[in-house]
Amino acid sequence: MKERLQKIREEAINRIKASQNPEALNDVRVSVLGKKGELTALLKSMKEIAPEDRPAFGQLVNDTRAEIERVMEEAKKNMEQMLLEMRLKSEVIDVTLPAKKNSVGHRHPNTIALEEVERIFIGMGYEVIEGPEVEYDLYNFEKLNIPANHPAKDEQDTFYINKEIVLRTQTSPVQARTMEKGKLPIRMISPGRVFRSDEVDATHSPSFHQIEGLVIDKNITFADLKGTLEAFAKELFGEDTKTKFRPHHFPFTEPSAEVDVSCFKCGGKGCRFCKGSGWIEILGCGMVHPHVLEMCGIDPEEYTGFAFGVGLERIALLKYEIDDMRLLYENDIRFLKQF
Amino acid sequence: MNASLSWIKAYVPDLDVSAQEFTDAMTLSGSKVEGFRKMDADLERIVIGQIDKIERHPDADKLIVCQVDVGEEKPVQIVTGAPNVKEGDKVPVVLDGGRVAGTHDGKMTAGGLKIKKGKLRGIESNGMMCSIEELGSGRDMYPEAPEEGIYIFPADAKVGDDAVEALGLRDVAFEFEITSNRVDCYSILGLARETAATFHKSFNPPVVAVKGSGDDVNQYIQVEVKDMDLCPRYCARIVKNIRLAPSPAWMQRRLASVGIRPINNVVDITNYVMEEYGQPMHAYDLDTIAGHKIVVRRAADGEKFVTLDGQERTMDDSVLMICDGEKAVGLAGIMGGENSMITDQVHTMLFEAACFDGTNIRLSSKKIGLRTEASGKFEKGLDPDNALAAINRACQLIEELGAGEVVDGVVDVYKKEKMPVRIPFEPERINALLGTDIGKEQMLSYFKPLELVYDEAAGEIVVPSFRQDLLRPADIAEEVARFYGYDNIPTTLPKGEATTGKLPFYLRVEAVARDIAEFCGFSQGMSYSFESPKVFDKLMLPEDAPERNAIRILNPLGEDFSIMRTTSLNGMLTSLAFNYNHRNKDVRLYELGNIYLPKSLPLTELPDERMQFTLGMYGEGDFFTMKGVVEEFLDKIGMHEKETYDPKSGKPFLHPGRQANIFYGKTLIGYMGEVHPTVLNTYGIGERAYVVVLDMPTVVERATFDRKYEGIAKFPAVTRDLSMTVPKSVLAGQIEEVLTVRGGKILESYELFDVYEGSQIKEGCKSVAYSIRFRAKDRTLKEEEITAVMKKILNGLQSLGAELRQ
Repeated sequence: MKERLQKIREEAINRIKASQNPEALNDVRVSVLGKKGELTALLKSMKEIAPEDRPAFGQLVNDTRAEIERVMEEAKKNMEQMLLEMRLKSEVIDVTLPAKKNSVGHRHPNTIALEEVERIFIGMGYEVIEGPEVEYDLYNFEKLNIPANHPAKDEQDTFYINKEIVLRTQTSPVQARTMEKGKLPIRMISPGRVFRSDEVDATHSPSFHQIEGLVIDKNITFADLKGTLEAFAKELFGEDTKTKFRPHHFPFTEPSAEVDVSCFKCGGKGCRFCKGSGWIEILGCGMVHPHVLEMCGIDPEEYTGFAFGVGLERIALLKYEIDDMRLLYENDIRFLKQF
Repeated sequence: MNASLSWIKAYVPDLDVSAQEFTDAMTLSGSKVEGFRKMDADLERIVIGQIDKIERHPDADKLIVCQVDVGEEKPVQIVTGAPNVKEGDKVPVVLDGGRVAGTHDGKMTAGGLKIKKGKLRGIESNGMMCSIEELGSGRDMYPEAPEEGIYIFPADAKVGDDAVEALGLRDVAFEFEITSNRVDCYSILGLARETAATFHKSFNPPVVAVKGSGDDVNQYIQVEVKDMDLCPRYCARIVKNIRLAPSPAWMQRRLASVGIRPINNVVDITNYVMEEYGQPMHAYDLDTIAGHKIVVRRAADGEKFVTLDGQERTMDDSVLMICDGEKAVGLAGIMGGENSMITDQVHTMLFEAACFDGTNIRLSSKKIGLRTEASGKFEKGLDPDNALAAINRACQLIEELGAGEVVDGVVDVYKKEKMPVRIPFEPERINALLGTDIGKEQMLSYFKPLELVYDEAAGEIVVPSFRQDLLRPADIAEEVARFYGYDNIPTTLPKGEATTGKLPFYLRVEAVARDIAEFCGFSQGMSYSFESPKVFDKLMLPEDAPERNAIRILNPLGEDFSIMRTTSLNGMLTSLAFNYNHRNKDVRLYELGNIYLPKSLPLTELPDERMQFTLGMYGEGDFFTMKGVVEEFLDKIGMHEKETYDPKSGKPFLHPGRQANIFYGKTLIGYMGEVHPTVLNTYGIGERAYVVVLDMPTVVERATFDRKYEGIAKFPAVTRDLSMTVPKSVLAGQIEEVLTVRGGKILESYELFDVYEGSQIKEGCKSVAYSIRFRAKDRTLKEEEITAVMKKILNGLQSLGAELRQ
């Protein structure tokens, strides 16, 4: 009997080792360990053994079964590992083949620039407030210290609807509208479309965008204006950007300034971009004129404030090196795709 | 405003700065220098030479060989083809290795032309004699220069001297951008005053004194101003025994340095004083002035007048005229008349220096369509005090130049003496506004060179009459800031109450619109707010379409930009067409822009500006692609109810069978469709194109960013497929309406999975198949419940003419 057991063991282990696939392994399991398998048959023939030898022999059969099971388990593991490796090998792909993209659309460069500016000022506690594009002369001019027949009205080449209504030439009327509401303090920016009767060419468009800024509070100083716009310029054009405030004149601010930033292409050394000067003009600003405050019902003895106006296209053109303003309104997909 | 360094230095003699230093400092103190041109930039090694000897060139008929003394040991041999030189002439000579600015035909070369010695037809030439054009100028500025050939210096020129200096070309021409408030800086004297203040140098304006020749101006002329509002001051002087001649070189050079052509002494003096003082003047031939009387009055309506350019002009009664005892002789502040102009035969001259109302001059000049150097100055609103100073200066120059004899006295009609403006001087308030800590004495030190006088007793600043821009303490603060230096003002951030930075709700909704459009492949375009009224015909809108009630611009850039758009479609179709013409494939665009709907016409109040979310595409995709974008967008902004689409939208510019009004609940929020083939043709788009227009104000009213978690279903769903044939006219929307209404609470969703028309289907019908899911939140559905609901649905469908397919 022992020899039979020994033989079953050897044969089984040999068959396991020779198995090429999970099915062959299973066959071994069924024919040796199964209900009708050889080992089971051997146990059934225990009667032929002397009763005192039976426990020892039973133990021997069980040990053999355990050993076969162990070997089989190990073979199975190896086989699975091998199969996995084969599969992985067969599934190699060329990762340099083209990507499958959703063709996502592109945002207009004006909007990208606007969102940048909005992000910066919202971070500084400014609210975004818009105003009408078709506007009363009263707000576009009069309340900004530009009375009837003021030469600035000609300078701005206004489109008129009638004597009282114009296409706004600047976003500044939103200043007057916001101040008039009487809720103080004010920290706001107002982006939007403005219109001037300039013929279309590479640097002019009869319709373009401005972003107005206004802060009204107690104790607002020119130094605050400088600090705010300096922070803005650094955020928009980079930490190394320098700003230069030059005296200027606007009817609705006093003192007034124009602001240049150090050329972000050459860092201020002078290049084609900044026409050799190292500086690029980006905006106009100043302390809100006391008469403007008065006209909007704010006491200039108690409150002061500053205002600024940025040309959005100017920023977009500069930042993205767009050399022709007409591109912004042609909506050529080859242009838009680059943003 | 142009000014040359040499002219400014005439009044600021200690000024010693480079052109760049001048530019930077003046710009920072408020007189912005736009640019400068060094007149001698391309002139190098050019001296005055004298021609000792001229010989004929042995091998060339048109050339001569000159021996030119340039003040060195040996004369320089120069070969030239110039026709005008003779022995003894003093000429500009560019030596070997030097440079000139251009060629003798007046063409300039950037960086100049290098002159090297060489041989001309075998004869050595070691330099070049120059024409005025080669020196970078021209005969208009140097009228004494010959029409053709070499410039010849006067006999007293010194051989060997710098020829560039002798021609007044060692100078820099600056171009200033003067802001409209600084009328005083539209003059060399004004700029010189600013220069002196900027560089802390002394300012020496001309000392004006007129000797006079006896006689009395009142014997010659009387002046009556009928409209003092439009002419606050009128000064007149008389010059007799006029001797017209060229003005001296120094005056010609100064005029040339700011780009003014010298003419003769009288004209040049007028121009000189206009530049120097910023005060335009006019000269009349006194013999043409009837009754020796000047009357300043408004024109009669429709009055006609011939200006000295020979043009007849028609006036209305707002135009101010200068008249004599009988007739008009000039358009005040704009141009004199042909009938009184100075001619070569002039004997006695009437000089006029007046102050006119700036606005009136500007409006008159616009109305008449004539803008001159003088009107350009007057319209800024000149200082009346300047008129008298300028006319006296002009008379002084007349005497100095020997151009005539000045009659004693001035007729000065100046009724309203202007009181000087006084402004409280409060240093602490100035510091509070600027955020600075500048001492009172320091502030006062800035005012002195600007001629602002401090009245200590009153604590006030007395403003000189030429500074019409200074009216309030804030203006004084700017003067302090300018000379303290904007650069030196500290940088701080506003203190005080914190405010919340925010975007209003509707702008957040617009931001989502941009995101969704872009995720769906649409790129953002922008088009103009104004367009052509032809747009309505292009879109085949009927005569009575409300869109045709558009706001007209009074002064448009042209008919094509003359109305404010009432529909966003033209912009979109134009953009699609632009792309189609440039062979761009599969184009998807969107725009967020306003339309302008008048509440009534003509406009009495502001129009309704409505933001339109417009999408357009051609190429891959169809009607249902666009519908997908609409639904993604509405879903993202919290509009979860089902949209409905009504094909009876009646848009003439869309395909009649492929268009729909879009409803959210019962509210119309926009429309969409395939563009009508005729419209496509009109715009030149050669493929099917699709558009969507959503009215954002309506959408925003229904949008929300509030969200609520509704739990994940715990009980199983049951699915039933339903396949039916229906008449072709039945819309999927109608079937879905039945499913929604009859499915009741337990209906979770449905999905259309097949639509088929074809041979197996009964004529006039189509096959439609839906997969319907039922689920209850609180229990597992029983078979009977499903059967009951399905029965209700089937009954409903039968009323649409549906037959169940097995």
